[in-house]
Amino acid sequence: MAHGAAAGHGAHAHGEHDHHPTGWKRWVYSTNHKDIGTMYIVLSMIAALLGGLMSWYIRLELAEPGIQFIEDTQFYNVLVTAHGFLMVFFVVMPAMIGGFGNWFVPLMVGAPDMAFPRMNNISFWLTAAGLVLLVMSAFVGGGPGTGWTVYPPLSSIAYHPDAAVDFGILALHVAGAGSILGAINFIVTILNMRSPGMTMHRMPLFAWSILITAFLLLLALPVLAGALTMLLTDRNFGTHFYDPAGGGDPLLWQHLFWFFGHPEVYIIILPAFGIVSQLVSTFSRKPVFGYLGMAYAMSAIGVVGFIVWAHHMYTTGLGVNARAYFTTATLIIAVPTGIKIFSWLATMWGGSIDFKAPMLYAIGFIFLFVVGGVTGVALANAGIDFALHDTYYVVAHFHYVMAIAAIFAMFGGYYYWVGKMTGRQYNEGLAKAQFWLFFIGVNLLFFPQHFLGLAGMPRRIPDYPDVYAGWNMVSSFGALLTMLGTFMFYFIVFHTMRSGKPAEANPWGEGATTLEWTVPSPAPFHTHEVQPVISAGDHGNGGHGHGAHPRPAE
Amino acid sequence: MTTRILRSLIGGSLTGVGAVVAAGAAHASGMATPWQINLQDAASPVMERVHGFHNMLLVIQISIVVLVLGVLAYIIVRFNSKRNPDPSRTAHNTLLEIVWTAVPIVILVIIAIPSLKLLYYSDRAQDPDMTLKVTAHQWYWSYTYPDHGDFAFDSLPVAAEVLEAGQPRLLTVDNPIVLPIDTTVQVLVTTDDVIHNFAVPSLGLKTDATPGRVNETWVRISKEGTYYGMCSELCGVNHYYMPIQVKAVSKERFAAWTQEAKEKFAARPAPAVAAAPAQSIQ
Repeated sequence: MAHGAAAGHGAHAHGEHDHHPTGWKRWVYSTNHKDIGTMYIVLSMIAALLGGLMSWYIRLELAEPGIQFIEDTQFYNVLVTAHGFLMVFFVVMPAMIGGFGNWFVPLMVGAPDMAFPRMNNISFWLTAAGLVLLVMSAFVGGGPGTGWTVYPPLSSIAYHPDAAVDFGILALHVAGAGSILGAINFIVTILNMRSPGMTMHRMPLFAWSILITAFLLLLALPVLAGALTMLLTDRNFGTHFYDPAGGGDPLLWQHLFWFFGHPEVYIIILPAFGIVSQLVSTFSRKPVFGYLGMAYAMSAIGVVGFIVWAHHMYTTGLGVNARAYFTTATLIIAVPTGIKIFSWLATMWGGSIDFKAPMLYAIGFIFLFVVGGVTGVALANAGIDFALHDTYYVVAHFHYVMAIAAIFAMFGGYYYWVGKMTGRQYNEGLAKAQFWLFFIGVNLLFFPQHFLGLAGMPRRIPDYPDVYAGWNMVSSFGALLTMLGTFMFYFIVFHTMRSGKPAEANPWGEGATTLEWTVPSPAPFHTHEVQPVISAGDHGNGGHGHGAHPRPAE
Repeated sequence: MTTRILRSLIGGSLTGVGAVVAAGAAHASGMATPWQINLQDAASPVMERVHGFHNMLLVIQISIVVLVLGVLAYIIVRFNSKRNPDPSRTAHNTLLEIVWTAVPIVILVIIAIPSLKLLYYSDRAQDPDMTLKVTAHQWYWSYTYPDHGDFAFDSLPVAAEVLEAGQPRLLTVDNPIVLPIDTTVQVLVTTDDVIHNFAVPSLGLKTDATPGRVNETWVRISKEGTYYGMCSELCGVNHYYMPIQVKAVSKERFAAWTQEAKEKFAARPAPAVAAAPAQSIQ
């Protein structure tokens, strides 16, 4: 392999001219993909602490029947709403796309930076402004108690007369604009700035996943923006888009929201697919099995994700033929997701697996995704969904398949890349302990919620009939372990920064074949100033950089 | 009851699960039981079919999870770096890839057929015997009986402090819906403020109450008893506290009740739309 030569390339090209602004100017004015990526990750960690604390407060309230702590039930609804918004828009998306995407897409495809560095800067600051607006919304009036779905008429001026919902709308508008700009940046970078020889079919799957995610963002977010604007004018300027009294329809919002909302869940999970593919391949010391199938399965999930939105609306009075269509279309998604699961297993099969912390998180991801996937197969059926809709079964399903699965990929990605980002390696023992604590915690937290949902416990309620007490207590105990696991992660981040051992350029050995491992750790301020030339090694390696030998262009 | 659930389980491989399911359902009466792990006991043909379909899904779900976990466990034991220091380089197997694409499609077809049959069966009543009109408000329900003199009444939650023995908290109302058994009832659901959802799990009912729309569903209650449900769409501060209670009685008792109810509720004007709920949150 050409790692030695390539690492040498990194060393000779840098060091002398890492000139960049210092102090606050380095960060506020930053046009550097690595610094911007770091800022996204920091933003995500701040938002995760907020969103996490909210969910633990919710579980504290739900530990026993009766109102325990949250006397003001509007505040409970605000917690539920803000938890959803924070986790979706300000934790998972910034960390996966803004953070790891910014850091590693240019490194992996052999580009010196993102295509539009200044636009990259404004993408981040719009997202940060969105977070500030969202936090402010909770302090205006009673806060928005609408759920993250913001269904009118509950979100209309008649039922939320304060400016809280307006702040929420503006937060999503601003963050959405940031995401659209970011998406354009990724698409242009990946399509135009790959190294010579880095064909689309040799591109690492993480870059593929970010490319597909960027297309989903670009197509879905403008629909949300339109829907939000109509809600804003309904609330403030007397329009009636969602008001039947003026000829409007509340279901219009639901169709538009879910036309965005369903692709949104794939926006969250596709980058996780990409990260897990890198982890599984690296730690099995094998190329990804069925690389092309994996790339096109992700593409298929992206396409089909746009034509299944009304499976969130089975109880709204949708016609029976429409429900039959959406049932069938939704079931089809199980095929490409199945291909991904089986391909990960086949990648590990015959491998020489090193169970480092990132690999534990990758295996944990597969477990969570399968459990959440099979409950998704149940929920896809309109004929049974009315027994499960709006119950804790749905809460359990989407936390398994999307939320916690995404967090697993984020933790795995952090441990995998922290050496490259900071130059310091995490402590393996601590990280493994953190994995087990978190893994047991989330399963104890969410698995009993399947039972609660099947037994009919509705979601978004601060108090529940006494019969549901048992599993709620178990779930809240799981939340306690999850909280400890999360705090332990923050401690590991701190510990790694303070006293982590210096990381080698490639700490993972021969399994790590993508281009980011050819530059020193920490990655210099500027990388790939001379683009590496990729040549197909053994034919049919299916990309992923395997056998795609990078060598310095002389 | 137990036999019906067991009968609907496919094969004998899941007898253990079936026993647990039955244990959870055996003493249920229109509401969940402590530590319940499966659907509430069915008391309508739609919900019975939901049970049957869900039991089939459960077999498929558990099989898939067990298969994947089994393979994963084998991989962890067999292909760790100690036992297998030299990784293979296999990255393709066209036949395998075709198989793991085709087999899920077959499974999905097996799911889709009963799924769509159930969907069309549950959609709306054939030749209903009577109609119940449900109107949702923040935060109580009102019910109208258009076929029995068009009387209507409000159904307000009963506060925890004044519950009598045996009345479940957050589920009991002052005026429950009364319906006859073995009667096909068309249920029309609407709202006069925000979106709510009319849901009674053991009867297989869950329909949004949306402003500007009247949604239709149906129920045919198979045995006498009291069935409970809760509002199932976030509707504001008292969302958790707008229960639904259905009393299913014989046709004779229902006829007698309609006579009483006509007089009892005639004295009151039609449901007061703007009336605040009688009980406060606390």
